[in-house]
Parts: sequence; C-alpha cells; structure tokens
Amino acid sequence: MSFVKFENVDLAYAPGGALAIEDVSLDVREGEFVAVVGPSGCGKSTLMKLISGLRMPSGGYVYVDGRQVGGPLKIVGMAFQNANLLPWRTTLDNVMLPLEIVEPYRSTLKKERPRYEAEARQLLARVGLAGFEDKFPWELSGGMQQRASICRALIHQPRLLMLDEPFGALDAFTREELWCMLRDLWQLQPFTVILVTHDLREAVFLADTVYVMSKRPGRVLVRREIDLPRPRDLDVTYTDAFAGYVHELREHIGRVRAS
Amino acid sequence: MKPNLVKAAPWLVVAGMFLLWELICIGFDVPEFLLPAPSAVWHVGVEQFEPIMMHATQTFLTTLAGFAIAVLVGLLIGMAVGSSPLLYRAMYPLLVGFNSIPKVAFVPVLVVWFGIGTVPAILTAFLISFFPVVVNVATGLATLEPELEDVLRSLGASRLDILAKVGLPRAMPYFFASLKVAITLAFVGSVIAETVASNLGIGYLMMSASSSMNMPLVFAGLIVIGVMGVVMYELFAFVEKRMTSWAHRNPNGAA
Repeated sequence: MSFVKFENVDLAYAPGGALAIEDVSLDVREGEFVAVVGPSGCGKSTLMKLISGLRMPSGGYVYVDGRQVGGPLKIVGMAFQNANLLPWRTTLDNVMLPLEIVEPYRSTLKKERPRYEAEARQLLARVGLAGFEDKFPWELSGGMQQRASICRALIHQPRLLMLDEPFGALDAFTREELWCMLRDLWQLQPFTVILVTHDLREAVFLADTVYVMSKRPGRVLVRREIDLPRPRDLDVTYTDAFAGYVHELREHIGRVRAS
Repeated sequence: MKPNLVKAAPWLVVAGMFLLWELICIGFDVPEFLLPAPSAVWHVGVEQFEPIMMHATQTFLTTLAGFAIAVLVGLLIGMAVGSSPLLYRAMYPLLVGFNSIPKVAFVPVLVVWFGIGTVPAILTAFLISFFPVVVNVATGLATLEPELEDVLRSLGASRLDILAKVGLPRAMPYFFASLKVAITLAFVGSVIAETVASNLGIGYLMMSASSSMNMPLVFAGLIVIGVMGVVMYELFAFVEKRMTSWAHRNPNGAA
C-alpha cells in the first residue's frame, strides 16, 4: 500500500505554459525515506508543492494516504534551506508555532500548554538544543537554527516530513552532524520523509530510495534502492558499496547534464 | 569614540547653531525685522509665554488628532494593500498620486467643506501623514518570505492566521519606523492649515505676528514647532525600540 503516489503528473505554473515537471510517477511507502536528486531547476521543489497540496497538478493524479490531494494537508511538516525562524519568538515559541494552527492542538493549546511545551522541550533536547529554548534565533548558529526548523516541522507529529535542501547552506561538518540527527529522529519514531537535495552523499546516506530527476521539464529518470544496512554510521560513507551508489547516481546526473 | 561625546553631540550642535546665529546678527548688525537674534526671540518667548503656550497646545492637540486618524487609517489601508497583491496593484497609483498633491493646495477645499477652524487642520495633518504609514505597513506585509508562507499554508493556516502570526509582527518594525516620520509630517500639516484657515494655533500666531512685523514672535513660533517635533520623534523612536527590540538586536547577544 503506497502512502504517497504520483500517477503521470504534469505541472505547468502558467496554464498552457512550459511544464515544470512532466509525466512523473512515484510510489512511496509509509515510513520510507525517499531522496530526490537532480540538477538545479529540475522541479524538485515543485514536487513538494504538489504533495503538500499548495499546487494542483495540471495533469495526472497525486494521492497521499489513499486520498487525492485537493488542498493543504495537515499531516505534512516542511523545512527549507533557509530556517525561516521568526526573529521575535524564542526557539521554543518558534517550534510551537504549528500547534497554534493545526487542529486538534489549536483548540487545546490554552488548556494543555504545559504538556505541549514539555513535548517541544523534549524534541529540542533530542536534537541537542537543550538549554537554548529561550534563546532568540539570531543567538543560534546556522546549524542550530536548522535543527530548530526541523523541530518545528515535526512538533505536530506529521506522518510526512518534506525537506527542501535543508542542509544546503551549512558547512560540511555541520551538515554531517545534522544527517545523523535526522537519521536518529527518523529511527526513533518512523515517519515518511521526502528529502529534496543535490548532495548525492546525503541522499545515499539517509535514504531508502533515491529518485534522479532530469532537467526541466523534470522527469524521473531512475529509481534506485539503497541497500545499505541500518542503522548507518558515518563510517559507511567511506565503504566501497557507498561509493558505488554515489558513483552510479553521479553518472545518471552527468547524463542528464550532457543530454 | 567617547560615549560622552556621542551623547553630548546633538546638544553641542544646537548650542553652536544658536551661538553662530547670535554672532551673525550682532556682527552684521542685522535689523530685527529681517532676522531677529536668538536673544530677542528668547525675550519675546518669555514675555509672551502664556499666549504661545495656548497656541502651542492647540497645535499639539490638533496634530495628535490628525496623527491618530492617520495611524488608524494608514494601518488599515496598509494591511489591505500589503496582504493582497490585487489591491496593491490597484490602489498604489492612486495613493501615490494623492500623496503628490501639495496639501496646502487642498486646505481651501477643506475650508469650503468644514469652515475655518480646527477641523481642516486636523484633516490636513491626517492627509499629509497617513501615506508613510500605509507604505511601510504594506511593505512589511508584502515582503513576507514565500517559504514561510508555504510552511504555514501547508498546515492549513488561513490568510488571517498568517497575518496574525507572521505578517503583522513582521511588519511592526516598519510600522513603528513610519510613526516617527508621520508625527513630524503631521506637525507640518496642522501648521500649514492653521496659517491659512484658523484663528488658533502656532500657525495662526506666526501669521498674525508676521503681518505686524513681529519677527521675534514668528521665530519663537518656529522654534516651538521644532521642539515639539523633536520631542515627539524621540518619543516614537523610544517606543519603536521598546516594542521591536528583536529588530534592533545587538550582535553580541541578548537585546
């Protein structure tokens, strides 16, 4: 039973205009970790908008949890390359923002505030931000802001987490730390992840399945399952098997470029 | 730089200006009906303290009334224009055109409508000062990061939710910055209207003083307006800092 399903999806931003993605079909299981890679401008971010219901497809069908997507889905959490924390809120209040919007939290927030706050603190502690709850975003480093941003995406316990190049603006060491943070979060309490990235090592290290997309209009060129044992450690990135996957994907990307 | 010098600098500049002015008047023997020396202005100010204060109070209250309407109307129009791209496109040329009309030219119209007195002055203060509020609030709302909007919309947030949770708090620094500009403009508006169409207020006082060639009194009026403007500007600068400290954070840590 697939959790997210694309059937021959096309999307043109302007009616009758150039297609951003063309004939995309995907199948994602519940709890699966999927990475989507491709050259820039291949419509990776468009995929996210389709899944979250912010955009309707021009052709084809998008199903999430067995139902056709017809508007914003509350079971989705999102994080982007830019952490986008609100500078007038503390880290804790930033993380709790979705609870002020999504039901059933929204109507119970007043009564249950202490409980939700405890949950938010626990989540922050799990990503290594214990002690930073009352700091403002500008007092955090880039990596810490991104951790908080991911907490915000997870606080309402979404079944689907969508990440649009969330680690793209970070330095290499911080990025690897955050890979492990995301891996641990996902392994502790599995949810479905769709990670859009252009870092092949990131895709292979984290994902169960990697999709390679072509340049505009985006099409799915390859679907590759990553058969590395879990839990994966950073050491796995230095093995031959890992290098093999990265190399193979790189060749597909190379072909995309050349064509 | 020494912090004491920075603190004292504005006072030194003002004192220096008055000193220079006094010296020029004495040195070139400028007649009083052209440019009165600060000492002469001071003298008139002390002598006529009560009438000046009465007119100043009138101007001050007129300005505050016009300013209050401007803030309210500016906030509403700014919110409407800033949160809807359609309204933004539709209203902007009209607003800009309206703002380009010199308000002095509009005062006679107001007089025809409302007669001589306080009402035209309040309305002129309002008309001249609402535009910066509109522009700033609209800018604050319209420059919301699209990703942030996506995050909220994907959670099912309504437009009102987005406005309340993100749009308005984010527009607050712009709003408070515009208040500083608007209050000084409001003084300009009310004094303009008073010179043309009132028998009360600093504007009227200056008008009648100049027609009797009482230049020291004219300058006393100018200085009173200037002082009121600076005081109100500083007040709103202070409010701005208190209300939106997150936007004026210092890079070394807590604001």
